[in-house]
Amino acid sequence: MTDRITRQQSRAAAWLLLPALALIGLFFVIPVIAGLLLSFTDFDIYSISAPQAARFVGLENYRQVLAWPQLWQAMRNTMYFVVVGAPISVLVSLGAALLLNSPGIRLRGLFRTIYFAPVVTPLVAIAIVWRYLYHPRYGLLNNFIDNIGLSPIDWLGDPQWAMPAIILVAIWKNFGYNMIIFTAGLQTIPRELFEAAAVDGANAWWRFRHVTVPGLKPTFLFVGVTTMIGYFQLFAEPYIMTQGGPLGSTRSLILLMYEEGFRWWRMGIASTIAVILFAMTLIGTLVQLQLARRNS
Amino acid sequence: MKLRPSSIAVHAVLIAGAAATLAPLLWMLSASFMTPGSASSLPIKLLPIPATLGNYVDLFTRLDIARSFANSVIITTLATLSSVVINAMAGYAFGKLIFPGRDRMFRGLTLALVVPAQVAMLPLFLFLRELGLVNTYIGALIPYMSSVFGIFLIRQYVLSVPDELLDAARIDGAGELRIFWTIVLPIIKPILVTLATFTFLSAWNDFMWPLIILSDSAKYTLPVALASLSGEHILDAELMMAGSMLTVLPALGAFLVFQKSYIQGIMSGSVKG
Repeated sequence: MTDRITRQQSRAAAWLLLPALALIGLFFVIPVIAGLLLSFTDFDIYSISAPQAARFVGLENYRQVLAWPQLWQAMRNTMYFVVVGAPISVLVSLGAALLLNSPGIRLRGLFRTIYFAPVVTPLVAIAIVWRYLYHPRYGLLNNFIDNIGLSPIDWLGDPQWAMPAIILVAIWKNFGYNMIIFTAGLQTIPRELFEAAAVDGANAWWRFRHVTVPGLKPTFLFVGVTTMIGYFQLFAEPYIMTQGGPLGSTRSLILLMYEEGFRWWRMGIASTIAVILFAMTLIGTLVQLQLARRNS
Repeated sequence: MKLRPSSIAVHAVLIAGAAATLAPLLWMLSASFMTPGSASSLPIKLLPIPATLGNYVDLFTRLDIARSFANSVIITTLATLSSVVINAMAGYAFGKLIFPGRDRMFRGLTLALVVPAQVAMLPLFLFLRELGLVNTYIGALIPYMSSVFGIFLIRQYVLSVPDELLDAARIDGAGELRIFWTIVLPIIKPILVTLATFTFLSAWNDFMWPLIILSDSAKYTLPVALASLSGEHILDAELMMAGSMLTVLPALGAFLVFQKSYIQGIMSGSVKG
């Protein structure tokens, strides 16, 4: 009887899994492996019509790419966006979650909906809107700055300011997402811990430092890793707002990969850039896991 | 109930935050009704006086935005339907059926979560090109049809379905596929709604993949069409804001309708994942 049921279940499982695993295997796993292989070939515009003409060149692409100032600049830009943008965005999310979870808030649901709204809006539309908001003369932002007596900034035209401007857009668009995750994390901390601390006369900062932060540790790890992975994939903002400029100051690795692969059809080089990005993502994830382990 | 000073301060910060969050969206709304040129003039105008529908009319008559809208609707609808069916099947199998290699296979899938999708994009493009699927709806929706995240989401929820229910049906002689179809699917409906909302939003909002796979402007989705318009019409701020509105509204609308299950999906994905 049980044997028959197991057999039936195995057969049913095979049918139920087939479409999903076939799709993921065919259109994700195999392409990822192929991407790795492609990075060892000289696949270029001539290979598009005759893929068999592409040759295996070993590590030549890596040597070429790593000697290339543009790649290092794109790496620096990406790291800037990840290392500055992601932590600020996580802190803004945490702040918003703490504020929304403090007792006695009116219209809590409405605030949460408003803060979350940018998350579900299409990035392309948002990048276009912000390009106008950042306009040096007619943009809302410089007018606001002018009104409070500061001197105007050429947000997207100044290599110093273009990346901070893109970081601001990313934070504005994304903070609502992690805010929700922090809210879920805060609800897992037992109320009694806060009450006991309050009875002992601990002030708000002490409670934050010694109850909230330790209680949120698993949430910090999850948010840290997922946010970092997402921030490594910066593409649409510079594509729409700056085309990678000015002076290449916002060209991210993915934008460089896109240009190499789909504008110049140097697929081998583009795959090499993708693999480098993957390696950076992996290292970043491992570093965070290690830090979390050391902290616990 | 009177508000304490500290509570007033918290509310003030919350209101300032809400204003900063809404300002770009409200400006987009307002500018989309402004007459040509008035969003780029001094002094800055905040309200569309006089208001006009001309920008929207222009988008539909002169720039054929309806075609891109239809492309987006078709691709997003097919992506959502297939993602819900395919991921529900796999999620249920991983959650409730016993078969050899199940846990190993599932752990293998989790590895896929750290691989950036862009690594697969170049070979996937070449592959679909060989299959003649460049510039087709199928090519555009393939990446959304099944996802590791979707399988996770469903599996997590399916685990809470009581085994007794399934065993009772087995004793009654129901086949496994019938159990899935008539018993499991109705029970897990809430998570199917969540997954549908997720897929709808990611397919509707996505930019990079449709940009790569759709090269003929007649096949563009809204975000790709908008990006391409923004190149030629950079000076027509009002027109671009109307186009942005058309792209934003369906996403925002879907979120407002399904907000509850969408947000619960994010929470459940994070706490256990």
